[in-house]
Amino acid sequence: MSKVDKILICGGTGCISSGSGKLVNGLRAALAGAGLEIPVVLTGCHGFCEQGPLVIMEPQGVFYRRVQVEDAEEIIAKHIKGGEVVERLLYTEPTTGEAALTYKDVQFYAKQQRMVLKNCGHIDPENIQEYIAAGGYEGLAKVLKTMNGDQVVEEVKKSGLRGRGGGGFPTGIKWQSTRQAEGTKKYVVCNADEGDPGAFMDRSVLEGDPHAVIEGMLICGYAIGADEGYVYVRAEYPLAIKRLSIAIAQAEEAGYLGENIRGSGFNFRLKIKAGAGAFVCGEETALLNSIEGERGMPRPRPPFPAFKGLWQKPTTLNNVETFANVPVIFRNGADWYASLGTEKSKGTKVFALTGKVNNTGLAEVPMGITMRQIIFDIGGGIKDGKKFKAVQIGGPSGGCLPEELLDLSIDYDSLTAAGAMMGSGGLVVMDETTCMVDLARFFLNFTQKESCGKCIPCREGTKRMLEILQRITDGKGQQSDIETLERLAKVIKSTSLCGLGQTAPNPVLATLRYFRHEYVAHIEEGKCPAGVCTALLSYFIEPETCKGCGLCAKNCPVGAITGVVKEPYTIDTAKCIKCGVCITKCKFGSVQRR
Amino acid sequence: MSQVTLTINGQKVTVPAGSTVLDAARLLGLEIPTLCYDPMLSKPGACRMCIVEIPGMRNLPASCVTPVAEGMVVETHSEAVVEARKTIIELLLANHPNDCLTCERSGDCKLQQYAYEYGVREVGIQGEFHQYEIDESNPYILRDMNKCILCGKCVRVCAEIKGENVIDFAYRGFNTKIAPALDTKLAESACVYCNNCVSVCPVGALVDRRLAGKGRTWEVEQEPIICTFCEAGCNFNLLKKDGKVVGVAAAKAAPGRPMCLKGRLGLELIHNPNAAPAYLKKDGEFVEVPWAEALGLEGILAKLLEKGQKAE
Repeated sequence: MSKVDKILICGGTGCISSGSGKLVNGLRAALAGAGLEIPVVLTGCHGFCEQGPLVIMEPQGVFYRRVQVEDAEEIIAKHIKGGEVVERLLYTEPTTGEAALTYKDVQFYAKQQRMVLKNCGHIDPENIQEYIAAGGYEGLAKVLKTMNGDQVVEEVKKSGLRGRGGGGFPTGIKWQSTRQAEGTKKYVVCNADEGDPGAFMDRSVLEGDPHAVIEGMLICGYAIGADEGYVYVRAEYPLAIKRLSIAIAQAEEAGYLGENIRGSGFNFRLKIKAGAGAFVCGEETALLNSIEGERGMPRPRPPFPAFKGLWQKPTTLNNVETFANVPVIFRNGADWYASLGTEKSKGTKVFALTGKVNNTGLAEVPMGITMRQIIFDIGGGIKDGKKFKAVQIGGPSGGCLPEELLDLSIDYDSLTAAGAMMGSGGLVVMDETTCMVDLARFFLNFTQKESCGKCIPCREGTKRMLEILQRITDGKGQQSDIETLERLAKVIKSTSLCGLGQTAPNPVLATLRYFRHEYVAHIEEGKCPAGVCTALLSYFIEPETCKGCGLCAKNCPVGAITGVVKEPYTIDTAKCIKCGVCITKCKFGSVQRR
Repeated sequence: MSQVTLTINGQKVTVPAGSTVLDAARLLGLEIPTLCYDPMLSKPGACRMCIVEIPGMRNLPASCVTPVAEGMVVETHSEAVVEARKTIIELLLANHPNDCLTCERSGDCKLQQYAYEYGVREVGIQGEFHQYEIDESNPYILRDMNKCILCGKCVRVCAEIKGENVIDFAYRGFNTKIAPALDTKLAESACVYCNNCVSVCPVGALVDRRLAGKGRTWEVEQEPIICTFCEAGCNFNLLKKDGKVVGVAAAKAAPGRPMCLKGRLGLELIHNPNAAPAYLKKDGEFVEVPWAEALGLEGILAKLLEKGQKAE
């Protein structure tokens, strides 16, 4: 085995939570104690957060997971000194049961195409030199030296880049509008108010490769004629804010931000605005209000921010991932970029893969890949051998895709046609134990709580839809409920002021489209097919298999189970509170829930 | 200024570029319902009652904030529009006290008017109701947030006409409400009781307490009057019942005409023979004060008295 020359330890929020901070210090101390001079680099997120803390031994790329500070001595003794792999720290593929030796052998990474996340986990995000060494600021240099604003806009248009934050609006056209808008003062704003439940790609990019976002914003500023930019980032992302602040300071010192950047005459300043955690501030006009110090409530459009944005000045707003794509385009050329993906959706997309899947984490894949490849190849299939049911894409504004659409191409237009949306890239995988009515209720509860309250259909309408869904999952559904849900959904979608309201009914409409029978079962048969909605379930003991051990009765908190030892016990459903303790205690699988 | 021609409900209309669809429709005499729109205030496009159908546009745009375009075709009462308006009214009624029998604003309430116009009799959607305590903390404005439809006119008039910024939206989702800072009662806020907010409230959420019980819109005659206490010349209405003045109401808010409590009280003292006592806030509490103090005339009265005595 080749000699270890560098050790990379993941310093993303997930790995820090699972102990990578301690590990770095412990490993450094242990290396020093052993008289070894091997650099230990705390990098940004590797994306495989569930397996953290992650450690990569370079140059070979041996991949250790769930490494704790207690493992430091063994790694030094066995791997570094002994030249042997610490097998117990290797990752085992859930599908094959085989151990993966290096980073590249892990199926989770092997099937990805890391372009935006290329540096994440491989460079020190707090050191601008590492970004530059990895080709950083080359795109900017090319732009400043050889292109004018129109050419930059044309290049972005040619690349086919579309907004990665939700709607998928062509980025080049957005830039062009702001460039052509009247006015001398213009702004670039980066939307880092990532709020979809379970989504964390923007956080990971800011934590792992902040200079990529800065470079993207600089190129945008040059293209549209702006000299000032803001990054609107949630206050819940303290590490992202910290690393971005460090990156801005380093970029200023290195002459990439400030006056007369790299001698080009182009000036650009960047500021961070920490958001207070309102989901609606991910909506661009609400975000602008929030930067201005107003309550985060959307403004009517038109006028669009490209013409009247921040402080009524022409403004280009893109999200973190969109800006992080820009340096890649200018480093490698628009033609190269446009060769990736599908006809109308170019490049890659980062997804936050969560839910009932074996490998959860961040996955960057080329557009046009199928959902099956993401969930079964990268995600390693469904947890505990259960059956796939659906995947929610696009967060609370998106919809679910059922099994029959697993081979659908993942691009903006086919997702919209299927009743879902790309959104910012949250993927929540659900298995057969997920109730789809309950799922719709969950997302609607979220959007209702996060509605800004400005327009009537969103504020009042989502509340009533939520109440109906609650009623259905409580077993009190009425025949007219589905019709009322559809009627309200239609009005909320067509009349709401902003994207939050216009998309809020989507989870309900998508589940009604693909899983209507589950709604019907709740309402008409009083049954929850997935066995989730407590109000619709009853517990009983199968007399054929019950051995009469009495363990269930002993543990029942309300004394609902009675019987004689060695004879089948029974549950009094009137007393039963459906807590499920009896099921977990029974060793013979005799307690059933239906 | 360049002109734009568009077609609304089959009728052609030409308006200056930059006008809204609502402006153009009103020029044709077409009635489009609005709850949050006020020509004197900024346009939030919030209530969605003024939605129209414009082929080629995604969704149903709000006409109050949609600029006209050459050749645009607009339907103000298409099936989809009427259905959506009915649902919006229904949603408002589902969270509104069924209190028209005793409400001060009955007969002068936009929600009541539109429910009648659009024939929304039955509310098919039922659920949680707001249960806010009625704010009777001060002698001038009665705030019943249970009746509030969150059009936000009060917030805008307070900020844009009066420049006081006493109230704003608070909380999120269904719990959104209009509140002074820290969601206190109005008496604890910096409110100056100019009643601009009362004058623009389209429903019974904000009521002039001095007028409560004095008669509803069909019982009183309104006589416009301009206040002459200062050069602003604000608009008020004398409310007359059976020919007698029973109160003074703040009329239309307008830029440069901020209206004030002193002006309103002064007009009431002059015109209402049975004016209720005047109150001012002292040390955080409202107390009854002599009229001279309420109108800030104590100093000048004392001087006049002094001079009068000297003349004797």
